[in-house]
Amino acid sequence: MNTDRLTIAGREFRSRLWVGTGKYKDFVETQKAIEMSGADVVTVAVRRVNITDRHSENLLDYIDPKKYTILPNTAGCYTVEDAVRYARLARAAGISDLVKLEVIGDEKTLFPDTAGLLEAAKILIKEGFIVLPYTNDDPIVAQKLVDIGCPAVMPLAAPIGSGLGIRNPYNLKIILENIKVPVIVDAGVGTASDAALAMELGADAVLMNTAIAGAQDPIMMAEAMKYGIEAGRLAYRAGRIPRKLYATASTTIEGML
Amino acid sequence: MNIQLNGEPHEVEEETSVGGLLQKLDIRLDQVAVEINLEIMDKRDFETRILKDHDRVEVMSFIGGGSIDPVPLINVWAGL
Repeated sequence: MNTDRLTIAGREFRSRLWVGTGKYKDFVETQKAIEMSGADVVTVAVRRVNITDRHSENLLDYIDPKKYTILPNTAGCYTVEDAVRYARLARAAGISDLVKLEVIGDEKTLFPDTAGLLEAAKILIKEGFIVLPYTNDDPIVAQKLVDIGCPAVMPLAAPIGSGLGIRNPYNLKIILENIKVPVIVDAGVGTASDAALAMELGADAVLMNTAIAGAQDPIMMAEAMKYGIEAGRLAYRAGRIPRKLYATASTTIEGML
Repeated sequence: MNIQLNGEPHEVEEETSVGGLLQKLDIRLDQVAVEINLEIMDKRDFETRILKDHDRVEVMSFIGGGSIDPVPLINVWAGL
């Protein structure tokens, strides 16, 4: 029985793998991949309802909000005003007070605008939102986000959708050592070993979308990610051996001829 | 009478409520947020809020999303 639970703002999560729901072929594939991943936190975006084609299905018909924690994001928002507006719309839709706050700084890199992020986070926290901010791998900004009341921080591993893996493990390590709230590595993971490495560094969870949805077999990759996360977490808790330059025999020479 | 619905002109009958509009459009109320003239509505007011000429109405819901796509970069990493 797994008793190693992640708790954020009083909510307990079973899985340390969080997944996005974009870029899948269809809702059936989305549903299968999420199920296979074992994730219990699922991000969604807020967009206009298709008025002209009312026969189109809803994502949430496939992802039961009773079974999963639905985490609305503010993806695509480039200003504080937009991010705040989308967060409020998400809450008004009645799913939850949680928001994965993104204030994007630049189209080409999708790096966070951390000044805008802090400003938007302050506004939303004052309004009672539980703000989980998508931020840079910057320890100072991460601390500022905690200071203003974010119950977790979500630093990137690499640019969104890039699959480059953890570009700056040392910065992430500094964040993990100093931040006293859960740290969820968000964006940039490419494959299961990247997820395992994030967890071995001590991350509390990893959020990913493209690495699963963009794989040639998304459902199999979802399973691979589940094991990557679990293996990395166990290795972190078990405590790895130190790195040494020279060999240390693992077999005694006592009793040799 | 004409309103602006999700960015497009849309004709509605006089005395139509927000709830009435959503019902006519066959939109489920449970996962939807409505903004009128930049003001986000409380769901409890859907039935009492009567639409007015030129109201700018946005009907929003959830779609699949992690984060938006980056602009494709030159694929220098191919094969790595």
